[in-house]
Amino acid sequence: MKTAITTALTTGMTTLVALGAISLSAPASAEIRLGASVSATGPAAFLGDPEAKTIEMLVEQINEAGGINGEKIKLFLYDDGGDPNKARTFATRLVEDDEVTAIIGGSTTGTTMSIISVAEDESIPFISLAGAIQIIDPVRANVFKTPHTDRMACAKIFTDMAARGLTRIGMISGTDGFGASMQAQCHDIAAEHGIEVLADETYGPQDADMTPQLTKIAKTEGVQAILNPGFGQGPAIVTRNKAQLGIDLPLYQSHGVASDGFIKLAGAEAAEGVRLPGTALLIADILPDGDPQKEVVTTYKTAFEAKFDQKVSTFGGYANDAFLLMANAMKTGGADAEAIRDALEATTGLVGTTGTYSFSATDHLGLDLSAFRMLEIRDGGWALAE
Amino acid sequence: MDALMQFLLSGMTVGAVYALVALGFTIIYNASDVVNFAQGEFVMLGGMITVFAHAAGLPLPLAALIAIVLTALVGVALNKLAIEPARGAPVVSLIIITIGASIVIRGAAQLIFDKQLHRFPSFSGDEPIRLLGAAILPQSLWVVGGAFFIFIGLWVFFTKTLTGKAVLATANNRLAAQLVGINTGWVMTLSFSLSAAIGALAGVLVTPITLVAYDVGVGLALKGFAAAMLGGMGNPKGALVGGILLGLLEAMTAGYLSSQYKDAVAFIVILAVLFAMPQGIFGAKRTERV
Repeated sequence: MKTAITTALTTGMTTLVALGAISLSAPASAEIRLGASVSATGPAAFLGDPEAKTIEMLVEQINEAGGINGEKIKLFLYDDGGDPNKARTFATRLVEDDEVTAIIGGSTTGTTMSIISVAEDESIPFISLAGAIQIIDPVRANVFKTPHTDRMACAKIFTDMAARGLTRIGMISGTDGFGASMQAQCHDIAAEHGIEVLADETYGPQDADMTPQLTKIAKTEGVQAILNPGFGQGPAIVTRNKAQLGIDLPLYQSHGVASDGFIKLAGAEAAEGVRLPGTALLIADILPDGDPQKEVVTTYKTAFEAKFDQKVSTFGGYANDAFLLMANAMKTGGADAEAIRDALEATTGLVGTTGTYSFSATDHLGLDLSAFRMLEIRDGGWALAE
Repeated sequence: MDALMQFLLSGMTVGAVYALVALGFTIIYNASDVVNFAQGEFVMLGGMITVFAHAAGLPLPLAALIAIVLTALVGVALNKLAIEPARGAPVVSLIIITIGASIVIRGAAQLIFDKQLHRFPSFSGDEPIRLLGAAILPQSLWVVGGAFFIFIGLWVFFTKTLTGKAVLATANNRLAAQLVGINTGWVMTLSFSLSAAIGALAGVLVTPITLVAYDVGVGLALKGFAAAMLGGMGNPKGALVGGILLGLLEAMTAGYLSSQYKDAVAFIVILAVLFAMPQGIFGAKRTERV
């Protein structure tokens, strides 16, 4: 009896190993396997939804055009719902079951951190779509990211403020992850740019009225401008409340609300004159013809809006750039993870919707301040402030 | 002085939002002792349906009416599909069912509508009204007025009408209520549809101020629940006073202490009040035989 079981087991094992060997060797020549885990539903859906759509659209496009070096891309796309635990499970599944050679995703910093641990352990190149500077600082061999950091947004805003002679400011920040992180980064570098933060207020992400905080800031002696790091409804309510109180100070918002939706929510009248750092994608229509990003943003915007009947967002743009970078690296790296990683790190001057990427061994973000455009809301639309 | 005035007006605005949500808890609680955690979802539905009906070209009042009626139907469905089949289950189980219902409604709203933030125009424009150096939006007056209107309506309903008394009787003793000829099943359906309608009306009134998305219900229900507990669960007067008190506490803390501690101070005060008065400020003292 015992031997029978042992024999059965041994046979089974042998068969499994043989099957495994077949499945490992068979698809390798015909396709490149790309994994993605984004937060298409759940609290971060406004990030993950356009990202998922963008990745699917681009994979379809590239396959219709004949693939990369004749090899089709096979996409494995999962929705982690913004949950870091699920993101880790999906990342493991992507590597072990789907046997992908590269991963794009991690809509939030939390889910990105989960994917990083898997990508680093298994040496799979990974391009993150989340903002935090911790993702690429310190530099990890296999981890890259496309969105600019909070710190760069602060630097861009402070540079613009200093140029306008606004050096003493009040800050009103959301207590959500984005707002709190940017608040800390802005405090960190304020002194470097000669900016003094005289008032520092906060609000909860679900709050309905920020007039007490704004009243305090307006009454603080010497405040010349207001900065509001945050996303979601908070910045729209702050903008409306500032107009309600008739506070006559320049208002800066963050890149977190760089979308047409923000103008609609805040109301064109209240939002008039608000400045924020945004990407070229947002102002595709008014970019001058000679602009290096004109072509790439117009191509993406046209394709996305035609296919999904919905406006492009900065976040979908991050996914677009991540895919462009990955596809570019796959041209030289093929379906080999290590070769793709090396090719990614060697990328120079790749123009995306967010900016122009040049990676190096010490820089896995590859963007500089020129990636941000200082935008101003005029007559209910965007205009270049510079 | 004008700063104090601004803090007061802000507290009134936010407080009236909380009070509107808290008032919605009252009827279902009075009919069944169940705290309906899907109440925030009713508020969300009121806002979302109005937004989409208005975007489809309907005039705002008609869109709001449709939202209120549809949400009331959702309330009836919640009772028929989830609460009635579980009749006889302990109150705690029913409360857990409402939590489940809130998750279902939220998920459905995300699929049927979308995941974006929305807003529709204020009823009387956005020109702020100046008052002693402070400014308040006309929409805030609508919210405050709406809260008072619903409060008076509920007060009349529970003390002056036979139906209202039937609701109270059902909560008190379902069997006895049936014996004196009250159709308790109908009372439950009525109370869910009324609660949902009040929630939807709240959503219609507050959306121009707070904005609406599929997931705003949780936060609103939490604050509304806190306000209802502070004032005394089940008492319309408690919901109104509790909501406005909570709003004022937050505004004063943000104005004079620090906005960082706004929520913490509000909840510490609630805990302190409940410690001294476990039934809330206006809650009825109850004796239960064991």
